[in-house]
Amino acid sequence: MKAFAELLDRLVLTPSRNGKLKLLADYFAATPDPDRGLALAAITGDLDIPSVKPAMLRTLVTERMDPVLFAYSYDYVGDLAETVSLVWSSAADESAQKEIRLADAVGALQRAGRADGPAILAGLLDRLAIPERFAIIKLVTGGLRIGVSARLAKQALADFGEVEVAEIEELWHGLKPPYTELFRWLSGEGEKPQRAAAAPFRPVMLSNPVGDGDLEKLDPADYVAEWKWDGIRVQAVSEKGVRRLYSRTGDDISGAFPDIIEAMDFEATLDGELLVGNPPGHTGTFSDLQQRLNRKSVSAKTLSRYPAFIRCYDILQERGEDRRSLPFAQRRQRLERFVATLDPGRFDLSPIVPFLGWEALEDLRKDPPHPIIEGVMLKRRDSAYVPGRPKGPWFKWKRDPHTVDAVLMYAQRGHGKRSSFYSDFTFGVWSGAEGALQLVPVGKAYFGFTDAELRQLDKYVRDNTIERFGPVRSVRADPEHGLVLEIAFEGLARSQRHRSGVAMRFPRISRLRWDKPVAEADRLETLQALLDR
Amino acid sequence: MIHVRNVFKRLFGAPWRPYLWTMQPHRLLCPRPEGLFCPPGGFFIDPVRPVDRALVTHGHSDHARAGHRAVLATAETLDIMALRYGEDFAATTEAAALGRTVRVNDVAVTFYPAGHVLGSAQILVEWNGLRIVASGDYKRQRDPTCALFEPVPCDVFITEATFALPVFRHPDASREIGRLLKSVRQFPERAHLAGAYALGKAQRVIRLLRDAGYSEPIFIHGALSKLCDYYASRGIDLGRLEPATVESGGKNGFAGGIVVGPPSAFADRWARRFADPVACFASGWMRIRQRARQRGVELPLIISDHADWDELTATIRDTGASEVWVTHGREEALVRWCELAGISAKPLHLVGYEDEGD
Repeated sequence: MKAFAELLDRLVLTPSRNGKLKLLADYFAATPDPDRGLALAAITGDLDIPSVKPAMLRTLVTERMDPVLFAYSYDYVGDLAETVSLVWSSAADESAQKEIRLADAVGALQRAGRADGPAILAGLLDRLAIPERFAIIKLVTGGLRIGVSARLAKQALADFGEVEVAEIEELWHGLKPPYTELFRWLSGEGEKPQRAAAAPFRPVMLSNPVGDGDLEKLDPADYVAEWKWDGIRVQAVSEKGVRRLYSRTGDDISGAFPDIIEAMDFEATLDGELLVGNPPGHTGTFSDLQQRLNRKSVSAKTLSRYPAFIRCYDILQERGEDRRSLPFAQRRQRLERFVATLDPGRFDLSPIVPFLGWEALEDLRKDPPHPIIEGVMLKRRDSAYVPGRPKGPWFKWKRDPHTVDAVLMYAQRGHGKRSSFYSDFTFGVWSGAEGALQLVPVGKAYFGFTDAELRQLDKYVRDNTIERFGPVRSVRADPEHGLVLEIAFEGLARSQRHRSGVAMRFPRISRLRWDKPVAEADRLETLQALLDR
Repeated sequence: MIHVRNVFKRLFGAPWRPYLWTMQPHRLLCPRPEGLFCPPGGFFIDPVRPVDRALVTHGHSDHARAGHRAVLATAETLDIMALRYGEDFAATTEAAALGRTVRVNDVAVTFYPAGHVLGSAQILVEWNGLRIVASGDYKRQRDPTCALFEPVPCDVFITEATFALPVFRHPDASREIGRLLKSVRQFPERAHLAGAYALGKAQRVIRLLRDAGYSEPIFIHGALSKLCDYYASRGIDLGRLEPATVESGGKNGFAGGIVVGPPSAFADRWARRFADPVACFASGWMRIRQRARQRGVELPLIISDHADWDELTATIRDTGASEVWVTHGREEALVRWCELAGISAKPLHLVGYEDEGD
């Protein structure tokens, strides 16, 4: 339990991906089974512990201490789990208590019923020290929120076992906590587990961006072009009565898409883009699609308002036959025949975009016919479907980003290498009438600039600070004085969380406009016009 | 008798305690804008403005200021004040030996160790049979760089309240040092930057590292060197210390090393010489995750020179005081605890002491 608690504490404050991977891999190496597998399940969200309601926790603690002192404490800390872990009085804080294994704690809680759950939790808290108490409370109240995705955890497993992450993704859905077989294999003590799950995920094939001079070396006749649709890449698998929808990284997202699952009355594995709308006539925007993402379940109203469908790119398996080694051109023919047999409201084909040469294609890329197209894809006619991101067979060639000239408003110190630099920038655009101009914040960016530019920005922030709040500085920004930043972004969505009413996708600083008068930065209306397109 | 007690309670809002009432402790010590004043002794304790006669508990700058006419403090505290403010920080000084009573006008004054930093003391003042202890800042956890706190029986105990909330429970400092050393082993390509206040905390962190068997040179910020030298001259061996200059870091930017400096320096341009630094901060505030997050701390080290909640409440009981005055910090929670424990308590509103100094 100690090692797990320490791992959580470190992960939550470690900003860098490599740092997190190292912490996880070291933990897997140092921790015995089944604890490490249970920890993994807790991190990937696959550990099911009957929930203890926060109200129950509050009752437990105020039975043991003065409610006024508890109120002062909670008010100061702000997080219930953390407060309870700290104020809980137990002998374990001082004495060298016997270590409680994570497996024992989880086992006791999983066996507990609704009636004895609180007492069992209290008994555990009595025997644990502060960091472990925090970990166990987070486990039972759900949601570790430590900034580690399932994908990152799988990468850490791959690092630990020195295997490709694709191998882990492929196996993942046949495995169950505490993953003893998997760890035996990764630590070199056992055979690779057999793929056991029905309708398994097959690691996806990814493309590389077109770099300078890449295309000159290639013959357009070898390639097929398709639009790059701006939805989310998915894999629909239906085998022997089992139907699953996977994200690009192998997460099972079937629960949120019953409409798609219902229409999967076939034996095949399809690769495509998940979108919302009514094909072929109407394709919804990315912000429409967001109404359907990151949900465990979905209401009938949302289903009818934002129907989902898959725009198919590829076929990996049909009626039990693996098609991945066939050339793209042959897979495409099979795909076309196959999609023709499916419900047209749920599955359609990603059309082939005819083009004569690279220049003609560039015109199409720059000005695609639909707002939800973010560029073109190029696929070699003879390419097999291979996992990962091989260089050569597939390219993505994206539309140029949108840009806006915004004004720097706030800057925050970064983390790690950047902890002495103001490197996270909040910027705004003008709104209000001439003479009463006001800046409205529209986004935050922390990359896009060079190291030399970062030093200039940092100096500018330090020299033009008007207020400080902890790690944040407010920078002078008015029509007479300020710094204009050219911001590049991929798209814009309506947002009720932001005062401006808009939220940018992938904003980054593309240029520092030292030359531009501040009053001439863009207005909010410019962004709003983009929304209404 | 019952009747009189109720009348008293209604008038003064405090329980009937004939003994203390006749003693009138506020005639012995009372808050003034300059600091805590002792009328029969004619002195202030830790005054924040220049006064004629000052008794100083320890060398932190919010307690020990320059410009008094006469200062009575432990020899170490006087040395530290001289290091910080120059030899002429007061017109006259007198060193107080721990445990030895001296008379200041009508009052008997004795200094006892407070366990806070080197030279730190509590001050017992006695007058007409009344005993008040002004404890300054203190802690109970063992600290290899200073003498252990000694509970002093008294009628009124004046306690600090920096960490006076039940959420502040400091772990054993050696455990925190263990976490730092583990991280150094895990991330040998990065420099570990341990933020620690220049007086006391920094030397304690360094000494604890040595106790844990760390024998590599430790790099220090320039602001620490005088005080580290002073600690060493007082027999506290800090091992090999090197200035954290750009030259000493070499090409690898201190990768694999431990650098100790004042916390403010790590947000400064000074910190750019370090390779992909791991920001660590040794402070009792690091107990609260949000505090660590706000400061961009990656490895919080919960090491405090102030008493935590359990130490505060245990100390109040140890002194046997029937009345407690609570100052600088979270007074309300400790006053509440005293009420529940049947001990009379009130906040003592002194100005000028920093809440954040740990």
